[in-house]
Amino acid sequence: MMEYLKEALEVYSQYENYIPSFDEAREILIKEFLDKSDLVKLLNIEDERLIRIMAKKAKKLTEANFGKVIMLFAPLYISNFCQNGCTYCGFSNLKNCPRERLEREQMEIEMKSLKDEGIDSVIILTGEDRVNSDFEYIKSACSVAVDYFSEVSIEVYPLLENEYEELAKIGVVGITIYQETYQKDDYEKLHLFGPKKDYEFRLLTPERALKTGFHEACVGPLLGLSHPEKDAFCAILHAEYLMNKFPKAEISLSFPRFRDANTGFKPSYLVSDKEYIKFLLAARIYLPRVGIVISTRERAALRDALMDICITKMSAGSKTTVGGYATSKDEKLGQFEIDDSRSVSEIVNVIIQKGLRPEFTNWVKGVGKL
Amino acid sequence: MFKIGGRILKSRLFVGTGKLPDYSLIEKMYSEAKVEVFAVAVRRIGPNTKHTKNVLEYIPKDAITMVNTSGAMNHKEAVKIAQIGRELTSSDWVKVEIEKDTKYLFPDNYETLKACEILVKEGFKVFPYIYPDLNIAKELEQIGVEAVMPLGSPIGTNKGIGCEVLLKPIINEVKIPVIIDAGIGRPSHAAHAMELGADAVLINTAIATSSDPVKMAVAFSKAVEAGRLAFEVGLLKEYEYAQASSPLDEFIKG
Ligand code: SF4
Repeated sequence: MMEYLKEALEVYSQYENYIPSFDEAREILIKEFLDKSDLVKLLNIEDERLIRIMAKKAKKLTEANFGKVIMLFAPLYISNFCQNGCTYCGFSNLKNCPRERLEREQMEIEMKSLKDEGIDSVIILTGEDRVNSDFEYIKSACSVAVDYFSEVSIEVYPLLENEYEELAKIGVVGITIYQETYQKDDYEKLHLFGPKKDYEFRLLTPERALKTGFHEACVGPLLGLSHPEKDAFCAILHAEYLMNKFPKAEISLSFPRFRDANTGFKPSYLVSDKEYIKFLLAARIYLPRVGIVISTRERAALRDALMDICITKMSAGSKTTVGGYATSKDEKLGQFEIDDSRSVSEIVNVIIQKGLRPEFTNWVKGVGKL
Repeated sequence: MFKIGGRILKSRLFVGTGKLPDYSLIEKMYSEAKVEVFAVAVRRIGPNTKHTKNVLEYIPKDAITMVNTSGAMNHKEAVKIAQIGRELTSSDWVKVEIEKDTKYLFPDNYETLKACEILVKEGFKVFPYIYPDLNIAKELEQIGVEAVMPLGSPIGTNKGIGCEVLLKPIINEVKIPVIIDAGIGRPSHAAHAMELGADAVLINTAIATSSDPVKMAVAFSKAVEAGRLAFEVGLLKEYEYAQASSPLDEFIKG
């Protein structure tokens, strides 16, 4: 992956400031298979007319590949202990915030309330703390979750290959891991201390998981931490790399934008809606079969506008606090602020109004347990 | 009328449900387009929730549910998914779908063959989705599958019968039904498949993503009938040059 990224960044630097003419961009959009330089050019487009054409193409590709379906899922925070010093995060060790972790009974209460909402696909999240939420703790949470949900994924600290193997065996199917930024020098500046400082170990995480039999991996940057176009480009190529290396796995991309987490951190870049939309469209056009996830970090109106164009998966009714589903908690204690706070029912209604089918079940329970 | 999987069917149009915008269209396709076989991905069979009903509740009781193993990465998973599917649906019709990659969604013939061997022994009515390869089709026939389902073009491409030169030998050589699956984007493509001698077609994307899936299903159903009828009558051959006309014969003979 390191080599692949290095080569990709060379292509990027060649076209970094290249804005294609209207005609050239249209030529690119007619192509069936795009190359890396085409991708950089699409990411540099500014002309709104072209972005509209991109949206049309993206919609067609999404429908052809995924149909008129939106998969819904929810995150489930089980612990916010964290040893890392990520300057931008609400759970960072730099922050003095109440720490807690759910024990089995509390987890089940959370899971039941998600299940009551109709959610059947969850992502188990923790901060990074091998003492307060060690591997065994994560594993036990996953084994409870696989009894409740048909699809269980994790978004926890990078694990070792044998650990992923154990999780795959109990039926965990997916992993989400954000590289935050693919620009190594910025990465080092943003992560002050803790195991997360190891850029490469994190970058190779999805590969470790997919090798052991995980079915799905979702990758992405946290937009705003570093140069956004460059990070979007690297993330798309990261997804492509994984698709090529693990052709049977389902790979998704997510492009969260930095959201305030009451840390006082000010991101170096602000990513406008226009840019954000363009990144999603470029990802769809470059990789027609990649899943594209949009979280509740984005506001309702934008999520609604994008859902029938390029999105395949959305979170719904999310809480980013530990134990937030069963007990109402101060949202300020969450990992970041959420913007779309609509209930699952409200989101389902919008999906239906858009002529799409909300889908909750995406996996066959127990098949991972082979 | 044709016999397949131990059933007599009137319609040679099978429909996939995975991409539909609304499952209530299934009932309408059954009544208006007379579709009798609906493919359902086991991975999508969820419980009733307060927002959605289980897809199985939408399938008319006289229609046939063909469970689909999509998502399976190898034969073991496909077998397990088929078993779970049979339990959930009480249907023993299984479309074995094991993809080689998620980019083109090409079926993995090797793993498919292994899964089919097991499933046939377990008493399933097995319908393997395959990459059009005559050797594999023959092996599958040997082990006792009900039909083979070669792709017409890569899934979701709507490119029609792109693999005609590979499909024809399969249609000619195997005795079991051949169902063309994947890649059919238009009713005319479906008619083409039937004219070639396919026994049925399975359509998903082209119906599900059209602006009116029920009307499109009706269009497909008519095209399938037309193509089949033409095949049964026997299509006229195409000639490179115009046929010599009889008035000239006299002079040529001298
Ligand atoms: S981003 Fe993750 S690793 Fe970093 S401080 Fe937050 S919870 Fe910990």
